[in-house]
Amino acid sequence: MDKMPKWADVVLIPLISVILALLVSGLVVAIIGESPWRAMQVMVKGAFGSAYGWGYTLYYATNFIFTGLAVAVAFHARLFNIGGEGQAALGGLGVAVILLAVDWPHWTLALAAAMGFAMLFSALWAAVPAYLQAKRGSHIVITTIMFNYIASALLVYLLVNVLRVEGSMAPESASFAAATHLPSAADFAGGLGFRGSTPLNISIFLALIACVLVWLLIWRTRLGYEIRAFGHSETAAVYAGINPTKIIMITMLISGALAGMMAINVVMGEAERLVLDFVEGAGFVGIAVALMGRSHPVGVVLAALLFGALYQGGAELQFEMPAISREMIVVIQALVILFTGALDNMVRMPVQKLFLALKRRRDDAARPNPAE
Amino acid sequence: MDFLTILQILDSTVRLATPLLLACLAGLWSERAGIFDIGLEGKMLIAAFFAAAIAYTSGLVWVGLLAGIAASMVLALLHGLASITFRGNQLISGVAINFLAAGLAVVIAQTWFAQGGRTPQLSSDARFANIELPGAATRIRDIAQQGPLGQTYSELISGHSILVYLALACVPLTWWLLYRTRFGLRLRAVGENPAAVDTAGISVVGLRFAAVLIAGVLCGIAGAYLSTALSSGFVKDMSAGRGFIALAALIFAKWRPWYALSACLLFGFFDAVGNRYQNIQLGEFIVPVQFMQALPYILVVIVLAGLVGKAIPPRAGGEPYVKER
Repeated sequence: MDKMPKWADVVLIPLISVILALLVSGLVVAIIGESPWRAMQVMVKGAFGSAYGWGYTLYYATNFIFTGLAVAVAFHARLFNIGGEGQAALGGLGVAVILLAVDWPHWTLALAAAMGFAMLFSALWAAVPAYLQAKRGSHIVITTIMFNYIASALLVYLLVNVLRVEGSMAPESASFAAATHLPSAADFAGGLGFRGSTPLNISIFLALIACVLVWLLIWRTRLGYEIRAFGHSETAAVYAGINPTKIIMITMLISGALAGMMAINVVMGEAERLVLDFVEGAGFVGIAVALMGRSHPVGVVLAALLFGALYQGGAELQFEMPAISREMIVVIQALVILFTGALDNMVRMPVQKLFLALKRRRDDAARPNPAE
Repeated sequence: MDFLTILQILDSTVRLATPLLLACLAGLWSERAGIFDIGLEGKMLIAAFFAAAIAYTSGLVWVGLLAGIAASMVLALLHGLASITFRGNQLISGVAINFLAAGLAVVIAQTWFAQGGRTPQLSSDARFANIELPGAATRIRDIAQQGPLGQTYSELISGHSILVYLALACVPLTWWLLYRTRFGLRLRAVGENPAAVDTAGISVVGLRFAAVLIAGVLCGIAGAYLSTALSSGFVKDMSAGRGFIALAALIFAKWRPWYALSACLLFGFFDAVGNRYQNIQLGEFIVPVQFMQALPYILVVIVLAGLVGKAIPPRAGGEPYVKER
């Protein structure tokens, strides 16, 4: 028996949760003595009011699509990959290694190689926790958190001791050669008003392609079916002849590779060199994006857009209303995770009750009255 | 390396292990009752902020401590609400709490003090002072002239803030409560087999909320220690992953109080050595400081891999309890 129609599950409940999260965020803004209404206006204008704003919003959204898909794919196998942060960092390392090691004649070749290395490095970084989960039963949440810290220490070490430019104090690698620079939005969509300084680059198309591929993988392939079956019930999946080790490994390799793709956007597309902490929490935003998007690529794109707008709008907010710290975005992010993830049942139970009551009333009306 | 240097490293080991120990015991209480808690970090951070902020505004460090504990307990209640009452995912709730704390602390700090998300420097009477035990020398010149026993007493045992001694006292207290009282037995049972506890007519929800709140108190003390004893004031992200190291220590200790103490001292020792020596030279090979910083995490992965004995968590951990109908 379906307790409620599918659209309520897919659209209505996430929507209510996000609205609740935003209402509480507004409340926080009101409590610290600022106008939530004005804050929202500033943020919307900052994110969508100009080509400059759009450039940053879509740039951030590109990151969040990749990290959101990474978390979403793992969710389908009921694996909680909190390691997006570390996996993306390793992806950045892969990008830097291959772009600095080889003298690339053209950016298309460089992009193909960088994608390969980003995905290889980050997938390998995800493979260790995956193996430990599959073979030794170590909890993947704990191991991926640990791997975030190990990745961060590793990157600091490499940037300070190995990749740093001779004579420079900044912990960053040398700049990549001009031939490897990805076309920015100014090159392919200059007509829309994007200037040369915009961080938005062709990676956004890669992100959208990744969405389609993930959709095909999860809902249109045998592997995707096995992943979902495993996520629903491990025992049933094993009974059906699905190999749990294989599913855990493959899912986490894909998840890690997706997180690593974020580095293409940031390291290759924007910074054009490897800088310390370039991930800037995008790996964690992926959790909020996947939860809010109900682990579906369409939902992930919409949620990533919302978070992209929050990040860009939040940056503007800092200038317009200095009393509100930029960390307000982290609060909103936390509330979205809280309401769409942990407090899901708080919203779900009343909505289910409502639909059951409606259904009962409809059934009663349809049934002939025995008294007559 | 002379004896006094070793003592000094051990002294800072104790200082740095204290917040780990309190957070680790917090995790122990919560997870022994079957509630996973990866929000230790966030609870510590929010407590660190409120303790420093209230200690600064009131000038009374004890009031600050209480404020820190209260703030941490609010987040603990939220965790309980999400994971016990609404049977949500405990890991996701923990993640949300970590971000909520990291964001809220800075947002409120900016509003109250407008110093870029930090609290003003605390004066010495708004901090926990170091307690000099009777007969202990305080000046380094006097200590250097003492014998080994006297040096140990003056340098290592004496001269910590009261919270350090409190944290150490929490270890036997936790052990006694968990293993020698009826409450402890029930609490451990609820983490292994909640249905059995329920059948005996004891409230699963009540016990789990009690455990989560105790964790809140301990995290509150840990956070207050960070901002009012270890340093003087709150700065952004000052918990710096200690909540996760505490979690690591908890697994390392296989969810037992005395082992938790040794694990936290071990991780505190790494921290102390990493602080004192930037790079450690072992013959030809130089151990970089980053390796020392990553060592606790690497060790946990090794432990989790089952290479050093098997770490078995409480059986009902992470599972919301649904009463049979």
